[in-house]
Parts: sequence; C-alpha cells; structure tokens
Amino acid sequence: MTKLESKIVVITSGKGGVGKTTTTAALGAELANRGHKTVVVDFDIGLRNLDLIMGCERRVIFDFVNVIQGDANLTQALIKDKRSENLFILPASQTRDKDALTTEGVEKVLMELKKEFHFIICDSPAGIERGALMALYFADEAVVVTNPEVSSVRDSDRIIGVLNSRTRRAEQGLEIKKHLLVTRYAYNRVQRGEMLSVEDVQEILAIPLLGIIPESTAVLHASNQGVPVTLSGSSDAKEAYRDAVARLLGETTKANSQKSWKKLLEGLRLFSRSHV
Amino acid sequence: MSIFKKLLTFSTSRKSAKVARERLQIVVSHQRTEGGDADFLPKLRHELLTVICKYVKVDRDQVNVQLQRMNNCSVLELNITLPSPQEQQSYDDIQVL
Repeated sequence: MTKLESKIVVITSGKGGVGKTTTTAALGAELANRGHKTVVVDFDIGLRNLDLIMGCERRVIFDFVNVIQGDANLTQALIKDKRSENLFILPASQTRDKDALTTEGVEKVLMELKKEFHFIICDSPAGIERGALMALYFADEAVVVTNPEVSSVRDSDRIIGVLNSRTRRAEQGLEIKKHLLVTRYAYNRVQRGEMLSVEDVQEILAIPLLGIIPESTAVLHASNQGVPVTLSGSSDAKEAYRDAVARLLGETTKANSQKSWKKLLEGLRLFSRSHV
Repeated sequence: MSIFKKLLTFSTSRKSAKVARERLQIVVSHQRTEGGDADFLPKLRHELLTVICKYVKVDRDQVNVQLQRMNNCSVLELNITLPSPQEQQSYDDIQVL
C-alpha cells in the first residue's frame, strides 16, 4: 500500500552463541537512532531471548505465534521501546514449538510489518531447522555473524549455502545480499597467531565485510542491564556496531572503506594494548 | 630460558591460527563440492533418470549428477554415458514391438 521502501534483514550464523541476538539488538537500536522506523523480530520460538537483551521481558503479553494464529493482532503484540521513538520488538513465544511458524503465517506478519517499518531485523535461532529457515526465507539481505573460530566459520559457510538456495529471492532467481560480521575479535590474539584473522575468515567465506566487533566487556555489561550495546555508554563495541550500521546503509563508499578499516584496526590495536 | 620459552610458545601458537585456516579451507571446499545444502539432489537424480530412460536405455550407474557452488553461482553437472549404437538399436526394436 505505502511507497515506503522497506528491507527485511536476517541476522544468522548457523552456530549458536556467536552474538546473533546481541547484533540484532545493537543494529536495530542504531538504525532506529538514525531515524529509521525499525522492528526487531525474535524467531527463536521456545527459547526467546531478544526481549531480555532489549530489556522489555516484563512487557511481553502477546507474541509472534499469537499473531500468526490470530489470537492477537500485530499492534497488540508489538512492544515499543522506551528509549527510542522508532524502535519496536516482536517477541517470540516461550511455550510453543518451532512448527508454529508456518510459511503463510510468517509471510502474512512480515508483509504487514513491511507496511509500517523501514527495517525488519529478524533474529534467527541457531541451526538450520525450521525456525532458522523461516527467519531467512523472506530476507532481502543477510548478516552472517561469525566468530574467528573453526566451527563458527564452517557453519557460516553452510548457512551462506542455505541463503543461496533456500530463500524466496533465491527461488525467484534473485541475489540475496550477504554481509559478514566478525564478532568477538581479539586483535592481540590475532597478532600472536592464536586466532584467525578477519582476512582469513573473509577469504574462506568470500562475502563482503560489514564490520569487526571486538571482544569487549561492554557487551556483557549491556546485556546484564537489558540495553542494546549501541544505546549503552561509549565503548569499542558500540563504535564498531555503529560503523557496521553505516555500512549497512551504504554510507561508506568503496574508496574510503580500506582507509576506515585501517583506522578501526588501529583503534583495536590501541585498545588491546591498553587492556593487556 | 624465559626468552627461549617465549620463542617456543610464540612459534607453536603462531601455528594454531594457520592450522585452523588450512583445516577450514579443506573442510569448506569439501562442503561446497558435496552440495551439502542441496538435499533435493537424490530426488532430482531419480526424476532425471526416469525421463532419460523413456528415450534411451541407460545404465542407472552411468548417470552422475553433481552440484558445485562457486562464488556467486551454482553449477549443476549432469554426466550420462550413453550405450553403444548397437545396444541402442536393439532397445529401439523392443520399444517398437
């Protein structure tokens, strides 16, 4: 109905515990901060956590599955963030199982969200089961969250394969834009040769780099308090996430991207020195 | 002694990221050629065989279907060994009868 150009972005990884939910909250909050009407959607049915990371766990009344099954409408289930005018959360159900997510139901909800929101950020569960497949099926773009560690990189490669073959865009013969986000990066360990470097990961996965999030105490601090990293006090991780959002919005041109990576790496090096 | 120890740990730990990288390159290339994400392949193979068998007599083992993923595209490779003309001729006769 509206002319609003909206985008569905899935935050995915294959492997669990790499920072998908943290990333969803951080990117969503920063996009909203920049004036884009944004909704973050939790696809982890049965194991919801996005509400906790966003700090709205006590305000959940209706959820995604309630909307799909017609027990509530979307406006009843959406939770408006208290800190940001443009930020909303659609929580997952804690009690149902993943089969509650039907393709038709998910499509209906996402299309309705598309009328209202500029960005729809889908927080995928781990694995390549129904919940994860549903989270990525309708996506226009994907952020592949990867730790510089063998099992995470392998699973990311697997999920890139799934993105290339099992999304609606893929079925229509269209390209799905993929971004690599390397999280929990410890520059000093990379320097010592103990950790895969960003270049190594990028060479193996062969998708463009969206950002490098340093291993940071700020992430745990933020999640303890239920505040997205990008809405909490200044930190290296916050800066890195803000940088990633700028890239997601296409603000950094190819010409100066090399320069800013250097700057970021330089910053990480200084940071790691001062903390070791 | 401590310098020696340091050098030793430096060289061993330096290796670990390199080892990780090499192991990953192998496992990932294997994963891609296997077509790990295409669980439709067995069914595709079966249906292709059914269609091909309608027109030519082929040995079921002589059909090879492979999916390879490259950077931005997938290549579906289909390899069928057709029987010699004589064998094919007798097959055609049977069909006519």
